[in-house]
Amino acid sequence: MKIGVLLSRVRVEEKWLFEALEKRGLDYEKIDDREAKFNLDAPGEWAKYDVVLERSISYGRGLYATQVLNGWRIPTVNMASVAATCGDKMATSIALKRAGVPQPNVRMAFTPESVLAAIEELGYPVVLKPVVGSWGRMVSKINDRDAAEAILEHREALGNYQHQIFYIQELIRKPGRDIRAFVVGDETICAIYRTSEHWITNTARGGKGSACPVTPELSEICLAAAQAVGGGVLAVDLLEDPDRGLLVNEINHTMEFHTTVPTTGVDIPGHIVDYTVQIGKARE
Amino acid sequence: MATCPECEGALTLGGDVQTGEIVVCGDCGVDLEVVGTSPVALALAPQEAEDWGE
Repeated sequence: MKIGVLLSRVRVEEKWLFEALEKRGLDYEKIDDREAKFNLDAPGEWAKYDVVLERSISYGRGLYATQVLNGWRIPTVNMASVAATCGDKMATSIALKRAGVPQPNVRMAFTPESVLAAIEELGYPVVLKPVVGSWGRMVSKINDRDAAEAILEHREALGNYQHQIFYIQELIRKPGRDIRAFVVGDETICAIYRTSEHWITNTARGGKGSACPVTPELSEICLAAAQAVGGGVLAVDLLEDPDRGLLVNEINHTMEFHTTVPTTGVDIPGHIVDYTVQIGKARE
Repeated sequence: MATCPECEGALTLGGDVQTGEIVVCGDCGVDLEVVGTSPVALALAPQEAEDWGE
């Protein structure tokens, strides 16, 4: 079996994945997404891969590369359809809604006037997020109409059309933390709490990780969420609502795990590699 | 030993450094990408783009 690892840079996660691949004696190649080329009529060198593990730091590159690979019937971890759903917050919310997975209330609108109306229908405070984005970038907590008008004015000035697709989420009164759980295939392998005094708890923004037990309740909602977006190797972010319990906030399809491995002791890269082999074998 | 292309500061990197890895210059703080390992070569790392993340 030949495994391709599509990447943009070698982070600690990629180093651990390489170690896991080498430990298992697997034949793999690193593919720098800056050098990758695709001829739709001729897969060429790509045809040698039984499976490609997609680790691009760029959502766009990862998405389009996997779309082409899947078009050639080369499986990827994750599949392009999963990336398309997880990389777009509205697509994720629609998939969760369709599957009946609990999530915060969400509104969508396209103009400052309709956004203000939608926010006031939901009630302040709300969270405004770009439909595409990560690491908590450009996520805004809006406490009142003045703040809403200022943020909307700034967003209007941004060029990308996606900034005019307004994803509005109710603010969940979480207990100073959220939960990140890791699903590989049909198993929730581990989870961490991400705690911060700031309302944004991403570890990329300073949130601190600590072990979170994988209860049957947590596992069940994570597996349902993963299945809703097509399954694979996924990081499910959850919020604890005082009244409604666990709510799925986001799902990440090329997750980082440098905080979770030392916190939980779970061999996440090993699980990812074993799953990738399983997907590759299914193709062979 | 490698040299920062931004400030010409000296960086000492471990023997297990890999192409594609990002290191930070201790002198000027800029992010550098390892673009070669024998000998070690460094270039300014790409700036974070809007679609970067998980």
